[in-house]
Amino acid sequence: MIARLNLTFLQATVAAGAWMVDLFAYTGGLCLLLAKTVRGAFARPLRAQAVVYELWKVGVKSWFIVALSSLFIGMVLAFQSAYQMQKLAAEIYIAGLVALSLVREIGPVITALIVAGRVGSAIAAELGTMKVTEQIDALVTLAADPVRYLVVPRFIAMVVAVPLLTLWSDVVGILGGFLVGTLKLGIQPSLYWKMTTLPLMLKDLSSGLLKAFVFGIIICVVSCFEGFRTEGGAEGVGRSTTVAVVVSFILIIAADMLCTAVFYFVWR
Amino acid sequence: MIEIRDLSKTFGHLKVLDRLSLTIEAGETMVIIGRSGSGKSVLLKHIIGLLMPDAGSVRIGGVDVTALSGEALNRLRMKFGMLFQNAALFDSMTAFENVAFPLLEHTTMTSEEIRKRVHECLQLVGLEHVDALYPAQLSGGMRKRVGLARALSIGPEIILYDEPTTGIDPIMGDIVNDLIIALRDRLKVTSVVVTHDMRSAYKVADRIAMLYNGKIIEVGSPEAIRQSANPVVRQFINGQAVGPIQEGLPDPEVLSRWWARAGDKRGS
Repeated sequence: MIARLNLTFLQATVAAGAWMVDLFAYTGGLCLLLAKTVRGAFARPLRAQAVVYELWKVGVKSWFIVALSSLFIGMVLAFQSAYQMQKLAAEIYIAGLVALSLVREIGPVITALIVAGRVGSAIAAELGTMKVTEQIDALVTLAADPVRYLVVPRFIAMVVAVPLLTLWSDVVGILGGFLVGTLKLGIQPSLYWKMTTLPLMLKDLSSGLLKAFVFGIIICVVSCFEGFRTEGGAEGVGRSTTVAVVVSFILIIAADMLCTAVFYFVWR
Repeated sequence: MIEIRDLSKTFGHLKVLDRLSLTIEAGETMVIIGRSGSGKSVLLKHIIGLLMPDAGSVRIGGVDVTALSGEALNRLRMKFGMLFQNAALFDSMTAFENVAFPLLEHTTMTSEEIRKRVHECLQLVGLEHVDALYPAQLSGGMRKRVGLARALSIGPEIILYDEPTTGIDPIMGDIVNDLIIALRDRLKVTSVVVTHDMRSAYKVADRIAMLYNGKIIEVGSPEAIRQSANPVVRQFINGQAVGPIQEGLPDPEVLSRWWARAGDKRGS
């Protein structure tokens, strides 16, 4: 019995060790790809046409879904806070509450999650398909660096588009709160506007946009990394796509927590 | 000249190449034959530095590919053209753009010169009329020929062919064979052809090497291989189920039991 327990303990230790090795290898791979991408982004010539195309795919094609989600989230925030604030007859403060939560937290996070789901998955699937059909090998044999060729344009597009989309999300979300505040709760439009801008500081906006920049990096690097390590045909492409989205989601939330801790508790 | 010395490669527990040595002279066409999954493509990928060996070396004109990386490896790759098993065309580009890709990346040719060269290459494989089509709109055989045109466009010194005649009709297969011969005779190109199409092997080869169990078990002229006394080589070139090669073949006893049962059912 004891011998068997010992064996199970040994197996568990081995499994945990293997898992740790995999985790470190994965993290190392991500960091290496990030380093190569940043180096590639400063190398010339830049494939400007590809960057513009990717910007269109990431930014222009996502603006509507970001707007729709942000509008509803702004409205939900206003409704939920109004429900509580009414008890204190403090409805007027929902304007600032909606604006601050959107600009600091919800705008960047919701935008990043949408982009990870919409664009990150597409990147992983596209690069994964290229990998399993040997197109990435073909690029290498033609002496073209896959990182410079495939990752760099997506990286630049992502770090530009995600902050811009976040700004857009903030604006539309605040508009959602404004609609609820003025039409449903009967707050004067000019007063609502004043109560929105009053508590907002430049730091709120800049910290939100900086977060969005970090999220853009995460989505691009994770999705491209998953695409590059795809193996095993159609099933492998499906698996990479799922893993890319799941890992992006987790890292986005974790990075959000870290950024908030740094911006509001370390560098006050 | 390509000198492969003691090349070993293991994937997981599978030893694919086992201290393999082979020398390919400049200007000759070496055909590597062997069963599917015997490691022929893996060997090709080592020659062009797509895979790195666990041990051993590959020297191209005296330079060890396995010791190179980055820019130096890319410079060496410019001497190569590679035709992939499934062509590996970039599916976001038309046939024309695929063939033009290496020229755009690595030469200072004007667009007019590139257009002319691409049309020449497509003409060479009998496909000048498909230049505006995407890979998805081409048949398997056409894709393969566009892949060959892409491999030729930059004027390589060494061409690696991974199953050049598999999946295309016999007439077009013979045209590809003639093309391989013409490239050797007119442009003095060194060719390494991986195939299990014996008709093609006999036609294009200066020498044939048989890969079995991770090693080259016999090298010789097509005539010498045809007359080989080695039972493994004889079984392979004659395409016989009975012989020393039995890995991955159905167990004769299981087969006979199955047929006996099928006969019983028919009889009852």
